[in-house]
Amino acid sequence: MATPNTPLWEVFIRSRNGLAHKHVGSLHASDATMALQAARDIYTRRGEGLSIWVVPSSAITASDPAEKAMMFEPAESKIYRHPTFYEVPEEVGHM
Amino acid sequence: MYTQALNTAEADDRGLEDAAEAAQFQARIDAEERIEPNDWMPAAYRKTLTRQISQHAHSEIVGMLPEGNWITRAPTLRRKAALLAKVQDECGHGLYLYAAAETLGSSREELVDAMLAGKAKYSSIFNYPTLTWADIGTIGWLVDGAAIMNQIPLCRCSYGPYARAMIRVCKEESFHQRQGYEIMLTLCRGSDEQKAMAQDALNRWWWPVLMMFGPPDATSQHSDASTKWKIKRFSNDELRQKFVDATVPQAQYLGLTIPDPGMTQDADGHWRYSEIDWTEFKQVLAGNGPCNRDRMAARRKAHAEGAWVREAAAAYAAKRAQRQTAQAAE
Repeated sequence: MATPNTPLWEVFIRSRNGLAHKHVGSLHASDATMALQAARDIYTRRGEGLSIWVVPSSAITASDPAEKAMMFEPAESKIYRHPTFYEVPEEVGHM
Repeated sequence: MYTQALNTAEADDRGLEDAAEAAQFQARIDAEERIEPNDWMPAAYRKTLTRQISQHAHSEIVGMLPEGNWITRAPTLRRKAALLAKVQDECGHGLYLYAAAETLGSSREELVDAMLAGKAKYSSIFNYPTLTWADIGTIGWLVDGAAIMNQIPLCRCSYGPYARAMIRVCKEESFHQRQGYEIMLTLCRGSDEQKAMAQDALNRWWWPVLMMFGPPDATSQHSDASTKWKIKRFSNDELRQKFVDATVPQAQYLGLTIPDPGMTQDADGHWRYSEIDWTEFKQVLAGNGPCNRDRMAARRKAHAEGAWVREAAAAYAAKRAQRQTAQAAE
């Protein structure tokens, strides 16, 4: 029997500076333990992170870039969601 | 590590594609937008990138062989640790690049199999042997130096995953070049024999390294589409000239002689090199270099000997998954 293709995982790393986990790339591994070890070897050879998440790529649901206009339209027209929409007199100072 | 010689664009089949989509795609490229995996792209763009990125990945993997040859014979523990780290980096670079290539729709297994079957190329530079320790210094200094020249513009390549992989690679590549130059510096400050060894390595590697940038612009047929798609930002000859201009003063500092008696510096400060022997390049690319057979044999052996590991890991994962499903059902 042929060996099945090794599953793909997405790798997220939280760097030292306290930011959120950030996507850094992907790798192949047959299970989660091996994916974590491979992620350490591939993506943190120079102390890039304090914490790693690995997620099976097949578990990700992505938006369709071709539909991006429709997808993000609701936010486009709502300029009143930004602080600069509101006028505050200069005398009031920084707000 | 890399060769621009492999950057050959596919013929553009846009007659078969939606002209409006093709025009919109080119407009995005012209506006310096990044193309991402799920975006519409011409079939020829996908094919060109799949080939270029996967061949770049194969080059990184095969590139571990000439240097791995010296890990057990490095002259000191410091050198050994550095060389081991460098070879690990090359492996990492190969893996970032395979992952980028896969976003275009080919599986890792397909890409690796194409290489093992001899259908996909890798950089011709790795078909030369590493005869002495000075070759390790020369590879770091010149081969990685040439690779950096090639790869820095690729950080701005139009395809997002490739550009992002290149940013990681370039950050790490700088260590490679510096550790190579340090090896050369140590040899050049050593005994006469050591300096002669450094000169000998430079003599053997100089011309193959210049060939890494690919055929001269006048004969390169495929760059047009790659340039139009902003995969390629500089021509082969432009990059080669930049590399030569950067390298000559480094060789002078080492007290080494570039093996090109016809080399002159023109009024603008550029170093003009002599004619390159392209028949040698074609021979090596065609499989007749000094180490082509060795490299392919080593890759095939490693792949075959790893088969049981892949099988065992897959079997273990399947068993665990089955057990979890059974437990969930209870």
